Amino acid sequence: MQEFVNLTLGGVITGSVYAAFALALVLIWRSTRIVNFAQGAMAALTTFIAIALIDAGQSYWVGLVVALLSGLVIGAVVERVVIRPVEGGPELNAVIVTLGLFIAIQALISVLFGVNQRAFVPPFSNIGFRIGDTTLGSLSPNTVYTLIAVLLVMVALIALFRFTRLGLAMRASAFGQEVARLLGVRVGRMLTLGWALAAVVGSLAGMLIAAETAFVAPTFMDSLIVFGFVAAVLGGLDSPIGAVVGGLVLGVALSYVRGYLGDTLVGLAALVILVVVLLVRPGGLFSTTQTRRA
Amino acid sequence: MAETGAHGSTAASAAGVGLSKGGGTATAPAVLEVEGLSAAYGPVRALDGVTLRAESGRITAVLGANGAGKTTLLRTISGLVRPTAGRVVLNGEDVTRSPVEAMVTKGMSHVPEGRGVIAELTVDENLRVGSLFRGKVGQDEFDRVYDLFPRIAERRGQTAHTLSGGERQMLVIGRALLARPKVLLLDEPSLGLAPRIVAQIFALLRKLVDTEGLSVLLVEQNARSALSVADTGVVLNLGRVVVTDDAARLAGDEDLRHAYLGF
Repeated sequence: MQEFVNLTLGGVITGSVYAAFALALVLIWRSTRIVNFAQGAMAALTTFIAIALIDAGQSYWVGLVVALLSGLVIGAVVERVVIRPVEGGPELNAVIVTLGLFIAIQALISVLFGVNQRAFVPPFSNIGFRIGDTTLGSLSPNTVYTLIAVLLVMVALIALFRFTRLGLAMRASAFGQEVARLLGVRVGRMLTLGWALAAVVGSLAGMLIAAETAFVAPTFMDSLIVFGFVAAVLGGLDSPIGAVVGGLVLGVALSYVRGYLGDTLVGLAALVILVVVLLVRPGGLFSTTQTRRA
Repeated sequence: MAETGAHGSTAASAAGVGLSKGGGTATAPAVLEVEGLSAAYGPVRALDGVTLRAESGRITAVLGANGAGKTTLLRTISGLVRPTAGRVVLNGEDVTRSPVEAMVTKGMSHVPEGRGVIAELTVDENLRVGSLFRGKVGQDEFDRVYDLFPRIAERRGQTAHTLSGGERQMLVIGRALLARPKVLLLDEPSLGLAPRIVAQIFALLRKLVDTEGLSVLLVEQNARSALSVADTGVVLNLGRVVVTDDAARLAGDEDLRHAYLGF
């Protein structure tokens, strides 16, 4: 029973990071119909920027803020410079561009920061809480912080999209580019902003994962792009709520696989989930109704 | 332009004669002037020197068969397609090179083919997108649109993909009105709608034009309905203007109807 509780809690926590990362993918997919395979590398870059600052004596919080801000800038620059020329072209072009970007950014990290693993000191203790004489291994001050951070970002994003004029303009640009332009919405700016926001959320996921694994290499986000992508497909690539639910479901499912079946099967299990979703419900759990063309 | 002579009814000879429904027979000031507009998709010429004007407080209907260049004409006017030659003048200002996003601020609302409802947003959100560029807009303006179209008022919280074709058309016209346009460009509003709904929508357009001074440039394949509501008709064929004349007289010209309008 204790193991089950631990595995479930651990699953919810890693799942929340998958959710954040899936949310970043969904933000970009919704606005530009591109799966950003460079998302992990971009997040790794901002995490390494934070590590450089922390190593130079700054606090974790300074590192976090700088990581998020550099994510904002990198996301905007990538959209303007690299993605804009392939937008609206064949879908494969954009896929290849983001894959190329993924390799280039990873190489850039190695050039700037070296290829060795770096230690990452979490902002809070990673030692599990104790209730009586049982230890909740997966519930620690740091994982509580992770949960709260992801929750805050989600609430902020929902508030942005639901209740602000900017959010409405972004949604209109995502769902009806041409119509939005005819209605006077600066669609180009909204797409840049979408990429920038996605990179911020991705950067946060990078910082949170780094704090849990305690060691980071330039490739440390590679597995997260796989899990984040599976989570996004599971929830439906078009649905932010789907991304969150997909992330949590995937996190818990993989946690059970890790606990009851073994660590080596986790990657395989993720792929099985991906294949089953694509076979049974290709639109994902939260696919929006097919657009009726009148 | 050989056909023009054959029918002997160019814009010049028609001016001042017609049975305009807009009141008065004199030429009204133009809110939109299109001069020698040409556009091409790669090597294919879609528009070939189109000249026409939309008069203030009138409905101008551009008619023609499939592929005549009607949709391209509207898309080139609003800047979605870049012209290879010619000018677009809106309220005396040359807007030929203006970005699409700026057109609505200059007083032009373009409702594209297929209506341009954003299906993922609610009815209310669709309307709000239409007024975003104006900054804060009072609730009374939204209420006025809902008064105009009670059908969509009942559905303001629903996502727009649940609307019928007629309701979608009402929504996009309402949304365009929220931009307070001087000229409204409508691309095939009758497409796929029951005749009764088409009649309703055209009657409403007529009312808006007569009571609020709106100007409409309407593109239609359904020539009979369009001519019944329009003041002026422009017949387009293979990217060229064949005839410009008073709508009622166009409807009465049997040869022309048979040759280009199919009724």
